[in-house]
Amino acid sequence: MLELLSTRHNPMIDPALHVWGWEVPVYLFLGGWVAGAMVLSGWLLRRGLVEERPSVVRALPWIGLVLISLGMGALFLDLEHRLYVWRMYTTFQPTSPMSWGGWILLGVYPVLALTGVATVPAALADAWAPLGALARRLRAPAARDLLGLANIAIGVGLGVYTGILLSSLGARPLWASGALGPLFLVSGLSTGAAFAHLIARDPGEQSTLLRSDNLFLVTELALIALFLIGLSSAGAAPAQAAGLLLGGPYTAAFWVLVVGLGIALPLAIQSLMAAGRVGHTRVAPLLVIGGGLALRFVIVAAGQFSAWP
Amino acid sequence: MTRFGMAIDTAKCVGCMDCVVACKTENDVPDGHCRDWIAQRVEGRLPDLRLTITSERCNHCDRPPCVTCCPTGASHVHEYGRVVLVDHDKCIGCKACVASCPYGARFMHPEGYADKCTFCIHRVEQGLQPACVEVCPTRCMTFGDLDDPHSEVSRLVAGRRHFVLKPDAGTQPRIFYLE
Repeated sequence: MLELLSTRHNPMIDPALHVWGWEVPVYLFLGGWVAGAMVLSGWLLRRGLVEERPSVVRALPWIGLVLISLGMGALFLDLEHRLYVWRMYTTFQPTSPMSWGGWILLGVYPVLALTGVATVPAALADAWAPLGALARRLRAPAARDLLGLANIAIGVGLGVYTGILLSSLGARPLWASGALGPLFLVSGLSTGAAFAHLIARDPGEQSTLLRSDNLFLVTELALIALFLIGLSSAGAAPAQAAGLLLGGPYTAAFWVLVVGLGIALPLAIQSLMAAGRVGHTRVAPLLVIGGGLALRFVIVAAGQFSAWP
Repeated sequence: MTRFGMAIDTAKCVGCMDCVVACKTENDVPDGHCRDWIAQRVEGRLPDLRLTITSERCNHCDRPPCVTCCPTGASHVHEYGRVVLVDHDKCIGCKACVASCPYGARFMHPEGYADKCTFCIHRVEQGLQPACVEVCPTRCMTFGDLDDPHSEVSRLVAGRRHFVLKPDAGTQPRIFYLE
């Protein structure tokens, strides 16, 4: 038996750490979503599909700008010393994923804006000559390929960093997993693909996005398995942390909202859609998006609850 | 190079909380918060129970995760004594350092910055002892330079059985509890 009595009673620390509320998971979710959207935009740009069809690439950058701004707004609300936020940009701390993230976010805006201009509809480009000229220059094959590459690079950086942000905080055994970065990246790709699928009009593009999303969902399931197996076999504290999701207080939320409704069910529906066994439905991508949000909430909350003995 | 640390004799500590009150007074710690605290661990099975009382605070770790995760450099290792400190004017209140500390030694000051034990560096720089050490009625705490093999703290750590808190976290804490 071990009974621990402590006179400490610091707010947000005791009895269990709860410094991060809704703001951080919402930011991680929106950041991951935008990361996924950027990777997909980059891929579609490089495939040159923009001119051929009314591609979702035309909408994704502008929606991405709104989403990333909402995410950064949530992050700003989480800060306790908000007027000092500019301090992030007077330094670069190479050991801090949060510092990396702050600088990556600065790269997201121009890349999304340039992608938006490159894919602007012809009617709009014709209406304002300078916009049309810039769009034509960005659509040149070399510039378009470079823009596509920038989308993919920054999207991957943004997606991975949201996971590494947590896994670098070694004090929380649940987060002490190398699988968290890839898991959050793939979850972001899945969310981005689901959303693109939701707004796509072109049947060919819908089909491509559907199949891509299914691939991401299967990968996500594999990474979740890797995450749990890795923790369970890594020692007493990580195994105890994994127990929070395997019988502990976060089990129901994790398996029902994240794995069941957020991955397995939409994967089943979308697999049937891909096989032509059921008609097109927006329910599945909406479930995927909800699952991505639930994943961040569960991992952030359970991670804070976990501790070294 | 000076590397401050502390040895706390658990055989002498009675958990009187003088160290806690001294810290709050010396450092103007806000109401409802504390930089140091008393923990009591009862281990064993009746009738073989063992009580260990520990005065706890920031461990000023040799591998401080709170410093490596800080996005602004506000959390830093002070050049004198390698004490882990927070520059209030650089802290944006992101709470990453609070989440990264396995000891729960940090808290958010009501004015918005991360706060914690400083080993009373303002006193130490004047040749004084940290307030908690100064007031301890049982003299269970010894503060000094761990890099000086002749210091009292080094001799205690070298000569007595001791433990550190949460060794599995890998932070290499510099507060040693003597058994």
